[in-house]
Amino acid sequence: MSAAAAATVATPDSPAAPLHTISILVRNKPGVLVRIALVFARRGYNIESLVVSTDVANGDFSRMTITCSGQPETLEQIIKQVTKLIDVVHAFDHTGQAVYETEVGLVKLKCAITERTEILQIAELYSAKVVDYGVDSLIVRIVGAKEKLDVFLDLLRTYQIVELVRSGKIIMTRGLATT
Amino acid sequence: MASSPASRPLAAVPPSPAKPVPVAAKAQTGAEALIRCLEREGVEYVFGLSGGAAMPIFDALVDSKIKLILVRHEQGATHMADGYARSTGKPGVVLVTSGPGATNTVTGLLTALMDSCPMIVLTGQTISPMLGKDAFQEADVTGITYPVVKHSYLVKNPNDIPRVTREAFHLATSGRPGPVLIDLPKDVTSAPCTAPFVDEVDLPGYIVPGRAEPDLLKKAAALIAKSHKPVLYVGHGAVISGAGPAIMKLAEKLQAPIVNTLLGKGACAEDHALHQGMLGMHGTAYANKTVTNCDMIMAIGARWDDRITGKLSEFCLGATKIHIDIDRAEFNKIVRPDVSIAADAKLAIEELLPLVDKLDTGDWLKQIADWRKQFPLKYQKRGGLRAQHVLDRLDDLGGRDCILTTDVGQHQMWAAQFCLTTKNRHWLSSGGAGTMGYGFPAAIGAQFANPGKKVWCIVGDGGFQMTLCELATAALHKLPVKILIINNAYLGMVRQWQELFFDNRLSGVDLEGNPDFVKLAGAYGIKGWRIKRPAEVDRVLKAAMEWNEGPCLIDAEVIKEDNVFPMIPAGAALRDMIIERPKQKMAKPEGST
Repeated sequence: MSAAAAATVATPDSPAAPLHTISILVRNKPGVLVRIALVFARRGYNIESLVVSTDVANGDFSRMTITCSGQPETLEQIIKQVTKLIDVVHAFDHTGQAVYETEVGLVKLKCAITERTEILQIAELYSAKVVDYGVDSLIVRIVGAKEKLDVFLDLLRTYQIVELVRSGKIIMTRGLATT
Repeated sequence: MASSPASRPLAAVPPSPAKPVPVAAKAQTGAEALIRCLEREGVEYVFGLSGGAAMPIFDALVDSKIKLILVRHEQGATHMADGYARSTGKPGVVLVTSGPGATNTVTGLLTALMDSCPMIVLTGQTISPMLGKDAFQEADVTGITYPVVKHSYLVKNPNDIPRVTREAFHLATSGRPGPVLIDLPKDVTSAPCTAPFVDEVDLPGYIVPGRAEPDLLKKAAALIAKSHKPVLYVGHGAVISGAGPAIMKLAEKLQAPIVNTLLGKGACAEDHALHQGMLGMHGTAYANKTVTNCDMIMAIGARWDDRITGKLSEFCLGATKIHIDIDRAEFNKIVRPDVSIAADAKLAIEELLPLVDKLDTGDWLKQIADWRKQFPLKYQKRGGLRAQHVLDRLDDLGGRDCILTTDVGQHQMWAAQFCLTTKNRHWLSSGGAGTMGYGFPAAIGAQFANPGKKVWCIVGDGGFQMTLCELATAALHKLPVKILIINNAYLGMVRQWQELFFDNRLSGVDLEGNPDFVKLAGAYGIKGWRIKRPAEVDRVLKAAMEWNEGPCLIDAEVIKEDNVFPMIPAGAALRDMIIERPKQKMAKPEGST
């Protein structure tokens, strides 16, 4: 799972640009997210996912996990520019490193009672949990690596997906190394 | 994980002890606390223009020993602060009001950021309950300025003012200097501030490189030892760090030639035998040939700008590259050096000195001397008054001992070529941003900072008109700034490009309608001269040099259609340098602007 982050995604509009996962520790100050986003935007880089929350241990800091695709040389420069921002404590590209990664997905499906057995079977196979059981809808929560979510959600596409929310990837380096 | 970059920080915080000092016995306002903070930082001058949202701050200035210089336009205030800062190394301070007052500082902020100039810009802001509600003269100033500041603050609590101000000055002046903006809502500057002054800053993650890693210096020394055709490429970082004397020692010890960038002028005396002048787009032919043919180039506080490298894929092919810079983000940005050393330039060179020995550069220096003879800087002595002649004479008549500021364009390049700079912080020019309108206000700021020195402002007729409203500021304070207008009634550099690359189809470059600059000076009570013929040059320059009754102005009406050579078309390789006006039509340049 750890090396999976280095996998390349070939979508029609991004010709096999490597996907990177960047972890940034910032001072919890107004505007810090904008400053970081501007560094990416100036180079015309699209952020694919972004997770931000305050550091539970110390509210003065926040953690950001950003995934984006791009050429390594450009990304090296972007990370240096991000590191240069005063409110950024550190920024690391964890691509190719031993990290634990996970993501949460929520799917709302419109389904009659008769369709549910199949959906529940798929959910069980992927250790997904039904968190809302309505008259004509279900909400399923899945937790895991990006690739697991991709496959699971693909399977559910044969049913009527009403809404889909993904948290974006969060990572932590394995062992005692700093994220 | 990627380990934190190794470095030996000088000090992320100033060494002074953190003794909380009570602000005052009686409660003072945020504005009063701000002014006390500025006084504690040693601020002498504030360049500003008042307005509603900044009124509490202007009011607090009344009781301060800090001198307020009222400008006529906020852009002028920023360039004055810039000139003050570049000529001293101390941060320049700007104070303006909200909305348009603040947005008028954006060009000055960009100019300062691109050229690593320490500056503090204080902007008034609408009262905080009205933020984001389209109040009168409200603008999202921190939002507008994010890309043009080193850092910025929007102060929401008056008790943050002492800390924010200390941090702002620390950030503006340390590491790679730059502008810091503080946006101050009027209710915050009006409310009581009871927080103590602070001496220390707590900025985790802001690590300023200091001394170089010894292993990297050894690696650099080993590469230098292998070189027979070395060159030291000196930039603005060397000026800021005061590395010039150390670089001179290194050059003399190695017997290596020096070239400098436009902003590197003055770090090392340009009249030294080993100095080949400025390199790059309009650099000397021998500087560019030196760089093209070297086998080792060491960048000292320089960033391989596109004006320097020309076509990157052909730049310094096969040469070993060493890069010393205080800003790690400059490494691998344009070129991938063999050794990158994150350090203060002066400390790095001083520690490199004992690690190197004299190189066998006899043939190399002889080759360079031949290029100097073969391709000297030159200009036509006949056929009317030429800018080069005026600037060449200024250099001879004492210009080398003066602080020179320039605007942007042909006159700037001619001044860089013909006015040698021999002293640190005596050449002030907008390089990275290329801001027209910079030169005159910058000269005012430099003259305030250096009352004992002569300050010459070399401007074009185009750029001068962008900020000439500051003639009132200069006249009011009887500043003996000498304004030398190189007047060709054109936006000359663009006209030159249109002539060379666009079939001489002139578009948007003719400055028909220029005022009579001597009469204009007279309207402000300023002494003025006009030069039309070469024979008048010396007499007028000498008179201006000795003029001490306030500012004076020289309108040098030079021939209209002259071009700056040598020239490397944007995006062309250094070896494709043009020495004189080409006979045939040239291809349009591929490089940036």
